Amino acid sequence: MADNTGRVIVITSGKGGVGKTTTTANLGMALAALGEKVALLDADIGLRNLDLALGLENRIVYDIVDVVEGRADFRKALIKDKRNQNLVLLPAAQTRDKSAVSPEQMQKVVSDLLDDGFTFILIDCPAGIEQGFRNAIAGANEAIIVTNPEMSSVRDADRIVGMLEAEGLKNPKLIVNRIRPKMVKNQEMLAVEDVQEVLGTNVKLIGVVPDDEIIITSTNRGEPASMSEGSLAGQAYRNIARRLRSDEVIPFLDLDEKVTFLGRLKKLFASS
Amino acid sequence: MAFNDFINKIFGKDDKTAKAVAKDRLRVVLMHDRAAIPAPVMEELRRELMAVLAKYVDIDETASVTLEDYDDAVALVANVPIRRNRLSSSKS
Repeated sequence: MADNTGRVIVITSGKGGVGKTTTTANLGMALAALGEKVALLDADIGLRNLDLALGLENRIVYDIVDVVEGRADFRKALIKDKRNQNLVLLPAAQTRDKSAVSPEQMQKVVSDLLDDGFTFILIDCPAGIEQGFRNAIAGANEAIIVTNPEMSSVRDADRIVGMLEAEGLKNPKLIVNRIRPKMVKNQEMLAVEDVQEVLGTNVKLIGVVPDDEIIITSTNRGEPASMSEGSLAGQAYRNIARRLRSDEVIPFLDLDEKVTFLGRLKKLFASS
Repeated sequence: MAFNDFINKIFGKDDKTAKAVAKDRLRVVLMHDRAAIPAPVMEELRRELMAVLAKYVDIDETASVTLEDYDDAVALVANVPIRRNRLSSSKS
């Protein structure tokens, strides 16, 4: 292994569709903007999407399978983001499946990237707990679990905590994504504290991201929300990037909207 | 709708909210997930445990064996009402 201090973080969840790829793209952009040398690695072979979230889909020549099978040097396969020189993407292959890469090959790719001086390597993990997951966590030395305030994703997150622990990735960090403050306030949705409470103290909360339409429009444009000022979700991701880099204490966003007496009355009559 | 429910809803204090239900259900399901004991095994465990206990004490049929949350750990909790002690009663 390389004797440098680069951090290799796998972004995982168990359940699909909770926002792993969006989180990877946004944190990558935010970390790069903070001056880190960032490599994003799409481990979802056969179902590549991180390129779309970043708007880099038209620039792919080689992918991670080309690298591990020796058709391309890893430096040639890296796509440099023109908006921020600090950011590169190593895309997944689209025509193959998870068996195209082994955990050992993944470790080799990661160690080459570390040797090349990247300070943050974020690995976008596929959904599930099968080989794709095994590959994605193989080279990582830290983990971020993304979950939604909803039962099945919290349950899957709990299972992932156990599996990560078994692989030596202890004390994963937690991002609660897609919080709808109004529903939380109305006791209709699990609050961040509820999610933390059921997952236990082994998991450390590192961010809370509101359910924000900007995520849809920014993904449509291929410009992660964290690139531009003015959105709550973008701000949330920038804050997470800062918390990741240092122990600097940045308070969680106040997502509370006012729920009024009149609002409850209205709701009551609407539902009856 | 009972008057109390009505008042609770108006003041936002519905006692069994969707959130509370979700949290309770999650707790139970996670307890079982973490302990990784399938339901048939759990039932077998209960039967054998009761058989052992029945050798020494006269136990109530309503005995239950459940998994419960205990801080960050899971505890196996047996709640076994005892009618009387077989050993002492056989002596007398």
